[in-house]
Amino acid sequence: MANLLELRHVSKTYSRGLINAKSTVALQDISLTLKEDEPTIMTVAGESGSGKTTLAMLLLGFIPPSTGQIIYRGRDITTLKGEDRLAFRREVQAVFQDPFAVFNPFYTVDHLLTVPIKQFKLAKSGAEARAKMDEALKAVGLRPEDVLGRFPHQLSGGQRQRINVARALLLKPRLLIADEPVSMVDASLRASILETLRNLQRDHGVSIIYITHDLTTAYHIAKSIIVLYRGGIMEAGDVDQVIKSPQHPYTRLLVDSIPWPTLDQRWGSDTIKAREAGGSSVGCPFRTRCPMAMEQCKTQPPLYQIKPKQAAACYLHAEHSSIAAERLSDLLPVKSELEA
Amino acid sequence: MNMGQDQNPVLRVSNLEVTYYTDSGRAKALDDVSFTLNAGEKLGMVGESGSGKSTLALAMMRMIKPPGRIEGGRVEIGGVDLMSLSEEDMRQARLSKIAYIPQGAMNSLNPVTRIGAQLVDAIRSHGIKDSRAQVEERCVNALKSVDLDPAVFRMYPHELSGGMKQRVCIAIGILLQPSVIIADEPTSALDVVTQRQVMETIDRVKDQINAAVILIGHDMGLMAQFVDRVAVMYSGRLVEVSTVREMFTKPVHPYAAALISSLPNLENKGVFQGIPGLAPSLLRLPGGCSFHPRCAKVMDICKTTRPTTRMVQGNRLVTCHLYNEEA
Repeated sequence: MANLLELRHVSKTYSRGLINAKSTVALQDISLTLKEDEPTIMTVAGESGSGKTTLAMLLLGFIPPSTGQIIYRGRDITTLKGEDRLAFRREVQAVFQDPFAVFNPFYTVDHLLTVPIKQFKLAKSGAEARAKMDEALKAVGLRPEDVLGRFPHQLSGGQRQRINVARALLLKPRLLIADEPVSMVDASLRASILETLRNLQRDHGVSIIYITHDLTTAYHIAKSIIVLYRGGIMEAGDVDQVIKSPQHPYTRLLVDSIPWPTLDQRWGSDTIKAREAGGSSVGCPFRTRCPMAMEQCKTQPPLYQIKPKQAAACYLHAEHSSIAAERLSDLLPVKSELEA
Repeated sequence: MNMGQDQNPVLRVSNLEVTYYTDSGRAKALDDVSFTLNAGEKLGMVGESGSGKSTLALAMMRMIKPPGRIEGGRVEIGGVDLMSLSEEDMRQARLSKIAYIPQGAMNSLNPVTRIGAQLVDAIRSHGIKDSRAQVEERCVNALKSVDLDPAVFRMYPHELSGGMKQRVCIAIGILLQPSVIIADEPTSALDVVTQRQVMETIDRVKDQINAAVILIGHDMGLMAQFVDRVAVMYSGRLVEVSTVREMFTKPVHPYAAALISSLPNLENKGVFQGIPGLAPSLLRLPGGCSFHPRCAKVMDICKTTRPTTRMVQGNRLVTCHLYNEEA
């Protein structure tokens, strides 16, 4: 079975300063595999500064990894050239968080849709291009006559974000990197954008990497989840298991902080330790905030497989057998139980 | 609970109306909005984008800019109608009587001046003539009350994280101990853990100065965790105002009911139940009740007659023809 995308021990370190250069580890030794013929939705979750967006940038080939390789359909993406690179650019699409920043304020929003059509020669005539645009816009619940010909500032954030999704749709990608696509969108529109993404996966065979801090939407859309904290994988597995019974103290903090829209499930009353700036790069990255930190935590814990489809990097689960980082993808489900 | 009928509310908004005069016509962004709020009470203001939530906040601050205009209504705080104040008196009232924490507040800090200078400026511009040391102490105390280190006083905005900047904005908001704080989506750009910390901060400082808080947003989850009462806006009108328990267990307005049932929770995995149809443009509002084209319980009268706001089931406000007979 061919792999669509493979991350092999990818790390990314940012350094700043010429003299006394300080480096920040944004991602540490991440290995992941997405299969070509099994489109899935995988969530990458974590709070700000956990390396989520760095991962998105790496996957899109915007920045090279410091160590390790990113393999897309058998080729290292940093070595792609010419037509291969163009094909990669078309097949791997992105929807970004900020629906305000991706538009050029001097052009009407049509520009965002016509450029990719021209660039990738998707239409033979103007009429065909227009028909494609209309179809993509309707698929995300917009009325073409309402948005085409308008300038970005005349549209709401939700409309703009849906145009971004429409743009990605237009190109019929194989992999969509969605970096917080709904965090700036209304709750009622959120449902329709998530629905669009899910249909994309189900009906068009597009794999989606859904990057978010919002575990509620992750729970509803994804099959598997990876929880990042400061560049390291804290917990991974089936999204139902991880969210309903989180095993890592960090995942518990995240799940506890979800503002569930019910009155019976309130925020916990424990005070949260503030995140320290910097922090040491050895050992468990969460140990300075962890209520259960032990002496042992000063060395990096491996991933322990707690259940067939759940693993956590925490010594609290040391009685389970550990698994090698590159085998993590084997325990991530591709389909949810409902579909299987 | 009898909060809606308290005799001495700290804030009383009555018949507030705002219209934007655009090239393509008049858009009534606030239509006959009335509500009251007591000291220490937390009101959540929810609605889709374009429903008038932020316009309401700006109108209460008298910060509506042309082509928008406040057409009428009163905003009384402690018995004083803000609409009747002179420009200078209104400037003094902002921050000392009513504070506004805008959406994406972190971007409202000046990037080239220190946090301390921005706090001091807020105090000095309200004519407080205390000594420098006293003013500084007051600022540092405000920073401490939002869980920030006093060292932040000497820092620049870029040295702080998003959550910290948001807390600086809350600190500025409470500097002069206003009786009403309006927070417009204070946590929309923050992650869940930081969001919880910021909301807990707002809750704590609210108790310290016994202010009333209006939380504007569209995250019903946050509302369930934070507020006492929820007001639902739709195309410029308040369609329902209920306590948070009533709203989540038995919403009366069909739009509020659709909003509540569209919420994701742990039980209904994979079900995305949006509200059918699109929010109407304010320039082309449907006749009668503006929600009628999307309403599941639409009646003939809804298409022709505009419903009025009524008090039902004790002190819940609802704007819907379904409840005419109950009045």
